[in-house]
Amino acid sequence: MSAVLEVVGLSKSFGGIHAVSNVDFCVAPGELLALIGPNGAGKTTCFNMLMGQLKPTKGDVFLKGERITGMLPRKVWRRGVGRTFQITGTYQSMTVIENVQMALISHHKRVFSITSYATRLYEKQAMELLELVGMPEQAQRACAILAYGDLKRLELAIALCHEPSLLLMDEPTAGMAPSERIALMQLTADIVAQRGISVLFTEHDMDVVFAHAQRIMVLNRGELIAEGSAQMIRNNRMVQEVYLGGGSLFEDQTLDEHAGAPGGDQHA
Amino acid sequence: MGLFIAQLLTGLANAATLFLVASGLSLIFGVTRIVNFAHGSFYMLGAFVGYSLMQVLPGAIGFWASVLLSGLIVGLIGVVVEMLVLRPVYKAPELFQLVATFGVILVIQDLALMIWGAEDLLGPRAPGLKGVVRIMGEPVPLYDLALIAMTPFVLFALWYLIARTRLGVLVRAATQDREMVAALGVNQAWLFTGVFFLGAALAGLGGAIQLPKGGADLLMDFNILAAIFVVVVIGGMGSLPGAYIAAVLISVLNVFGVSYLPQSTLVLMFVVMAVVLTIRPYGLLGREEVAGEHGQVGEPDRPIKPAGVRARVIVGIGLLLLLALPMADSHFLVILATDIIIFALFAASLHFLLGLGGLVSFGHAAFFGAGAYVAALLVSHANAPMELAFLLAPVGAGMAALIIGWLCLRLTGVYFAMLTLALAQLLWSLVFQWDEFTGGDDGLVNIWPAKWLSEANSYFYFTAIVGVGGIILLRHMAHSPFGFALRAARDSQRQAEATGIDTKRVQWMAFTVAGVLAGVAGGLFVFSKGSVFPNELEIAKSFDGLIVVFLGGVKTLSGGVVGAASLELVKDYLTRFEYWRLALGLLIIFVVIVAPTGIVGSLRSLLERVRGSST
Amino acid sequence: MKYRSRLSAVAILVASTVVSITGALTGVAQAAEPIKVGEINHYKRMAAFAGPYKNGIELALEEINAQGGVLERPLEFIFRDDQGKPGEAIKIAEELVSRDEVVMLTGTILSNIGLALSSFAAEKKVVYLASEPLADALVWEAGNDYTFRLRASTYMQAAMLAEEAAKTDAVTYATIAPNYAYGKDAVAAFKKALTALRPDVEFVAEQWPALFKIDAGAEAQAIERAKPDAIFNVTFGGDLAKFVREGTTRGLFDGRNVYGLLTGEPEYLEPLADEAPVGWTVTGYPWYDFESGANKVFVDAYMERFDDSPKIGSLVGYMTAQSIAAAIKRAGSTEMESIREAFIGLEVDTPVGSIVFRSQDHQATMGAFVGTTALQDGAGVMVDWTYKEGANYLPSDEEVAAMRPASQ
Repeated sequence: MSAVLEVVGLSKSFGGIHAVSNVDFCVAPGELLALIGPNGAGKTTCFNMLMGQLKPTKGDVFLKGERITGMLPRKVWRRGVGRTFQITGTYQSMTVIENVQMALISHHKRVFSITSYATRLYEKQAMELLELVGMPEQAQRACAILAYGDLKRLELAIALCHEPSLLLMDEPTAGMAPSERIALMQLTADIVAQRGISVLFTEHDMDVVFAHAQRIMVLNRGELIAEGSAQMIRNNRMVQEVYLGGGSLFEDQTLDEHAGAPGGDQHA
Repeated sequence: MGLFIAQLLTGLANAATLFLVASGLSLIFGVTRIVNFAHGSFYMLGAFVGYSLMQVLPGAIGFWASVLLSGLIVGLIGVVVEMLVLRPVYKAPELFQLVATFGVILVIQDLALMIWGAEDLLGPRAPGLKGVVRIMGEPVPLYDLALIAMTPFVLFALWYLIARTRLGVLVRAATQDREMVAALGVNQAWLFTGVFFLGAALAGLGGAIQLPKGGADLLMDFNILAAIFVVVVIGGMGSLPGAYIAAVLISVLNVFGVSYLPQSTLVLMFVVMAVVLTIRPYGLLGREEVAGEHGQVGEPDRPIKPAGVRARVIVGIGLLLLLALPMADSHFLVILATDIIIFALFAASLHFLLGLGGLVSFGHAAFFGAGAYVAALLVSHANAPMELAFLLAPVGAGMAALIIGWLCLRLTGVYFAMLTLALAQLLWSLVFQWDEFTGGDDGLVNIWPAKWLSEANSYFYFTAIVGVGGIILLRHMAHSPFGFALRAARDSQRQAEATGIDTKRVQWMAFTVAGVLAGVAGGLFVFSKGSVFPNELEIAKSFDGLIVVFLGGVKTLSGGVVGAASLELVKDYLTRFEYWRLALGLLIIFVVIVAPTGIVGSLRSLLERVRGSST
Repeated sequence: MKYRSRLSAVAILVASTVVSITGALTGVAQAAEPIKVGEINHYKRMAAFAGPYKNGIELALEEINAQGGVLERPLEFIFRDDQGKPGEAIKIAEELVSRDEVVMLTGTILSNIGLALSSFAAEKKVVYLASEPLADALVWEAGNDYTFRLRASTYMQAAMLAEEAAKTDAVTYATIAPNYAYGKDAVAAFKKALTALRPDVEFVAEQWPALFKIDAGAEAQAIERAKPDAIFNVTFGGDLAKFVREGTTRGLFDGRNVYGLLTGEPEYLEPLADEAPVGWTVTGYPWYDFESGANKVFVDAYMERFDDSPKIGSLVGYMTAQSIAAAIKRAGSTEMESIREAFIGLEVDTPVGSIVFRSQDHQATMGAFVGTTALQDGAGVMVDWTYKEGANYLPSDEEVAAMRPASQ
């Protein structure tokens, strides 16, 4: 079976610093793949190159066989890739459901329409998506007053609008309480399993990673140092070194990864 | 060769004043993020204060002491302005402060008129520096040489202050990250006050130091404004060496322009700016704006909803009453209402861009003027019937908006604002100086409506239908997917792009829509007045638009219209008094302080509080 | 749409304040309804010019009303400020005509606003006396049945200076004029009049500084570069002061004839104080030099009334009120059409003598004083001046007819 996403020799350097070097991997259909690594390992840089927020210095990205390297984010999105961000970027001046509707409007290519009321478009589908992520009763609330965990779920609903074949989720549970994390990840896992969506996600919470990822890749200093099942990663000496050197062994870590990597988070 | 050098020296001497004033503006912007429209007024005050001091203080020592004292006094005036007017509104939405500074302009204009009178004052010459030296046979005034020698010292002193002192460290830190400075335990309010003092003092020095080459008059404030904005933008916002290089570049080019392109002196500066910004979008020594660096301050906009049945009925009744206005048997009321509708449409089009799109344009009058001029040119040169000319007015304005929008949208934030200002000024200077075609300052006259509209009442109906129709169209668009996409691009460009929205194109189209509707307003205007002049697309007109949008409330849908109607009415009343600018300026400052979310925003909060306490 | 309720409130306020802003009324016939004239000017934008002008009007009104007014009714001016914006001026004109029911309009200094009001006058059939604006187009290319102009136009004053210039043996000329319509008109008129008299002259440099934004040092250098025999200057106000200072410092005027349009007017000469140029041939107003006659009477009355010296604006304001009073008297009614007809060919006795509003183009024959600048007691003055009749400096009737659009 051919891969949904194929990454070949992906590299990015800022000035002389190699943020990501020569990364190769594939995402199989329906797979939940985790990309982990200590602060500044280059995870977000990697994500940004996959979806076009950053241009790679070298290497290629293929989506279902089509080369999408350096393509603009909105074009990658049109080809069926959804993304959530480490720091959410929902539309603060809109209600929850309007946020979803906006993505639906974009999906149906009606952004430049001026004949209809936006709030009356795709209301049903938007509501269904909100029900899917478990926040139908919040639909009419202003996004600006939403709790952080709810924002994350909203992002998920938005990312599902165009029935993607691949979801890129950057720290989907960052900033949430531990119990919430598991719940959200379980929700995500259920949805993608049901719809056959592949997921590539980064995560700090190793409980979340080991509970849900079918496969795990470890990035350190821009290089992939290990890849395999949860069991294999847990027992990998190099990985242990990396994380032990960091002072903590597969426990909750701080959220501020973006403080580390040069250019690690262009949009933070 | 001698002449060449002499011209070069003249340019360098002229750069001195420009640099002083522009560096103050740049500093204030860099630290406080306030676009200080009143900076030209500080410059003017420096000249007047310097003039008065020089009447009292004798001799060379008196002269230079006066210059320094002027800087000090104007700096203190700046402190007063900062503490009384700006401090209360730092928390207001981004750029709201510029409304307050506009109020300050009006107040200072009238105060200066009261104190120093209306006549131009010829500046005293510098004792001991009245003569010339001959350089390769060409006369070069001694005072010019003094200015040339002095400027690098000022630049160096400022550089030292910023790069080598603790205050400088704080200033630099604040330029880059305001929160960090606050975290360091520095009292940010006093840092801002200090910077305002320095900025205003530099403007005052600039005003005093140019006295021997000119004088003090009441038009100085606006006359220097465009030039210093250009210098700051070319040099890079917040960069002092950049300001110096840009001041020299502009001044020297101008001197040669005077000799070789004497007809195009006004256009030249803006062409240079457009070229520089095309090559280096953030100015010669400026740094790229980090998105969101000075993003949304205060609470975000509320979600919007199409008007409910009740609101529609109220508006419908209101419109019927408006249409019944001619029956009130007051011809002038009809004229006034026509003016207000036209201005409200202009303001609504700017509000669409500014409120929904978050795109602060400093040059929106360009499209109002473009519409008016397209119609007027068609009538005067092609004898076009009024109906055709009127239809083509928005087309012309839209084309202008399409081009200007494309150029400006490559930049963001305040750079975007400045480039719109520069391009609008470019258009203005073309209209102003290409008089064979546009009539220049004498404008285009005899542009009256067709017979069936020549009665004031029929033209009022025409304006009401077209103008209110335009406003309703804009409002409808705000609720359409296009309007939502525009808000989406403003709220989170990253998210919008990552969900398939071409944000630049959305903004570009919005810019064009705003231009088209401003053009409609321009078309309505020209036929209601029968003439059009370059002042319809000058800076002051753009500022008028900004003021009413902010006063009405950026973050409310009806802000533009309400602001426009209120200001027009107040102006119509106040201009009947002698010191109306003082009154209007104070009124604007008052509104800014008590209603920092604008008239509509504050009324809404008030209403909510009343309702909240009653339940 | 919230302004509706405010409109009526404002209407009341407006009505109550019109009284407070109208011109002072003195003397006679309080019982009789005054005849109102609408006066629109840039009282704020050009305060230094509009102030003396308003004083001139008030002096004339006091005299007229002291003698019983016009048609046995007092004459009253309603003064309104247009902020220097043409659009605003049109709005005020509408208000003056419809609400205040003025019998005619007058005013403005800036030519562009004069042209806007003139177009309004023709469209709405309202008589407009353009008192101060100088644009030639007002009575020629853009002339119309309802517009009249009092002051000697750009063309007339430039022709007077050209006549003086033609008497010298200067051959090469440089011109410097603000880069807008007035400056361009003036240079064109000077060139036309001078080359008609002296076909051999050559214009070697034309400088066009932006109005009130002159870079005087650079302009002086640019003119010096062309080495002309003579210079024709049209700059005024702050631009003039800077140009004179830079030019003098750099020796630009040494050994050259300089002709200055309006430079001798007190409005421009007085601020220069002891730096006023010496030896320029200029048009202006030597109020300090009158020894007798109507000019002297006016100057004395003005100084007595206002404790200030008159400017050229004072004279124009005074003559404006005189002309309007004469026209209404001649019309015998306050009907717009009668006043319009009365203005055609109207003769008025003024401080500078008798003037006529010509029937062919509605231009009055008010002339100008031409003289040489000098320094006396640290102030610039005009010496060796003569008063030149305006009628002698106008194009032929055929030329005028060709320029004026056909009457509607």
